[in-house]
Amino acid sequence: MGKRVGLEVTVAVAEAVALCRIDMAGVYPITPQSHIAEHLSTLVADGKLDAEFVTVESEHSAMSAVIGSSGAGARSYTATSSQGLMLMHELLPIASAMRLPITMAIANRAVSGPLNILNDHSDIMPQRDAGWIVVFAENGQEAIDLSIQAFKIAEHKDVMLPVSVNIDGFQLTHMVEPVEMPTQEEVDQFLPPFVPHATLHPARPVTMGAFAMSDYFTEIMKAKDEAVKNSKKVILEVWDEWEKMFDRSYKPVETYQADDADVLLLTMGSMGETAQLAIDELRAKGVKAGLVKLRLWRPFPFAEIKAVVKNAKKLIVTDRAVSFGGPGGPVFSEIKSALYAETQRPTIYNYIYGLGGRDVTVHDFVGMFEKIIADTGNVAADTYVFWGVRE
Amino acid sequence: MNIVENFDLYAPRLINKKELLSSGHRACSGCAEVLAVRLMCKALGENTVIASATGCMEIVSSMFPTTAWEVPWIHVAFENAAAVASGVEAGLKALRRKGKIDDRYVKVVGMAGDGGTMDIGFQALSGAMERGHDMIFVCFDNEAYMNTGIQRSSGTPMGASTTTAPAGKVSSGQKTWKKNMPEIMVAHNVPYVATACPSYPLDFIRKIEKAKSIKGPSYIHCFSVCPTGWRSPSHTAVSMGRLAVETGVFPLFEVENGHYRLSPDMPKQLKPIKDYFKSQGRFRHLTADEIESIQEKVTSEYRKLTEKARFLKTGNA
Repeated sequence: MGKRVGLEVTVAVAEAVALCRIDMAGVYPITPQSHIAEHLSTLVADGKLDAEFVTVESEHSAMSAVIGSSGAGARSYTATSSQGLMLMHELLPIASAMRLPITMAIANRAVSGPLNILNDHSDIMPQRDAGWIVVFAENGQEAIDLSIQAFKIAEHKDVMLPVSVNIDGFQLTHMVEPVEMPTQEEVDQFLPPFVPHATLHPARPVTMGAFAMSDYFTEIMKAKDEAVKNSKKVILEVWDEWEKMFDRSYKPVETYQADDADVLLLTMGSMGETAQLAIDELRAKGVKAGLVKLRLWRPFPFAEIKAVVKNAKKLIVTDRAVSFGGPGGPVFSEIKSALYAETQRPTIYNYIYGLGGRDVTVHDFVGMFEKIIADTGNVAADTYVFWGVRE
Repeated sequence: MNIVENFDLYAPRLINKKELLSSGHRACSGCAEVLAVRLMCKALGENTVIASATGCMEIVSSMFPTTAWEVPWIHVAFENAAAVASGVEAGLKALRRKGKIDDRYVKVVGMAGDGGTMDIGFQALSGAMERGHDMIFVCFDNEAYMNTGIQRSSGTPMGASTTTAPAGKVSSGQKTWKKNMPEIMVAHNVPYVATACPSYPLDFIRKIEKAKSIKGPSYIHCFSVCPTGWRSPSHTAVSMGRLAVETGVFPLFEVENGHYRLSPDMPKQLKPIKDYFKSQGRFRHLTADEIESIQEKVTSEYRKLTEKARFLKTGNA
């Protein structure tokens, strides 16, 4: 078992990625991701990581370069944030269609405009339908663990899909946390070498990224959809294996005090820990409050969500992104459609909060609960409300 | 003796017989670009990986589930062929160093049209060249966005009529001079930059071989006649390329470590550009005065180039 050390989360993530013995990293600087790039390049410069560190001239080229490198059969990594992720957007569905097991850290940050460098989820949400596996970390330890697991999931022969590990910008990336870093021996034992299905090498020439019109396109989309859905089985296996080895549990949907809760709150990412304190406070007052934490965003865990919310009367879904003029925040829309056909389901409320780094405290979560518990029809269910907005 | 006119005598002995871009692709009849790609593959040989931009050459060669490529080939998007190539190069380099693949030298080649090189792919190319990857980038320049329907690019020559810079009652077609891409690459201080044209196959093959022998980035700008987009007879594609060279519209030269050399194929005396313009529909609307002003520019640009070749000579020229 590794030592418990205090590390900034970005540095810890870079250390974890180095333990995975990547062959290539192509990263472009952007706040709040940059420390990952900086630390990886330091590890390469010091001879601690034998990899090519490609200092690309944009995030578009970062994703292009890791696609090329992964196509060549190299274990390839990148990291980005916000505008950088938006610039990569064009290439994300290409990477998944080409079934390239790239892994990427996303230091989640608000998308401009106005320009903002702080945390919300408006960068990852537009990438929802790119065909990537998307997971969220709640704390530094999870950021490390998910980063290592990501390679194993992505490269599994039944998956062969890119994975993004979402780490809330600043609120998580820039925290110095006590973390347990696995040893090199442990990671080597957990993560086998990457054995690609086909590579860009003259030993066996292949064509990658061919052109397909209406006669094949639908079948290729269906195949990708099946691949994303089927990846869940491998994700669960990898998490089980991780738990056996490291005694830390990962589930697509995790809960806190949810079994007997009348009112549930749903969060994704680093807000989970703050919300947990709010649950403790409410429980101390005798309120039957509970928490649902969504870890796996794609493939979406329909069955798990249905199972954990079915006995609650009210469900508050929180979103850190806006779907302007839409049906509610992106997480809310998903949860609502997941529960539509259920005969027994809670009334669902949606709060949009914590945008562009707006601070969210325990008090805010307690406030949401109090408002919804007291609601007798005044707070519109099935639509969305901005929490804490000045009007 | 003119080598090209006696090509049949030379070709069997000088050129790799193996086809690495196989027949059955869907290029237009008389496409000089696909001829250039085929020659390039012959010059590169089997130990090659190609990263292609979206464009004519990509769609004609890779219609799923078929492929014309006998070498490893990847296409990702329009603007990123150079970035993809740089990633392939970095990946192969790491794998070879770590003993995970055969210990053999593989040349990585990025390719794109004029749009994918000079416009939308410009940044990715500049970045890849500046980073010094061991790769060749070849621009197959047919002087407009032919794949999408003959729209103008920064590679379109002054006066050419295209679908987005059409000749009309108050317009004479393209209003800007062609971007001087080879000089921009020279300014990147890459070890080798050359211009080429498949109408001069031996010169083109030699330049590809030269680029292949260089450990580091090199750039080849290949003039590719497009009968469809230029509205010229398809059987004249090769002679049209020769006219572009003979008139100085597209001079053949190479720059090795900053030293300029004109190709021996360049004539002592340039032909007038009207000889080149006359059978192309894209120039048909031009008046004698307009052609004259373009002639002046071509003459002065060629003079600049010959001066560079004179003052920045290669040692063995």
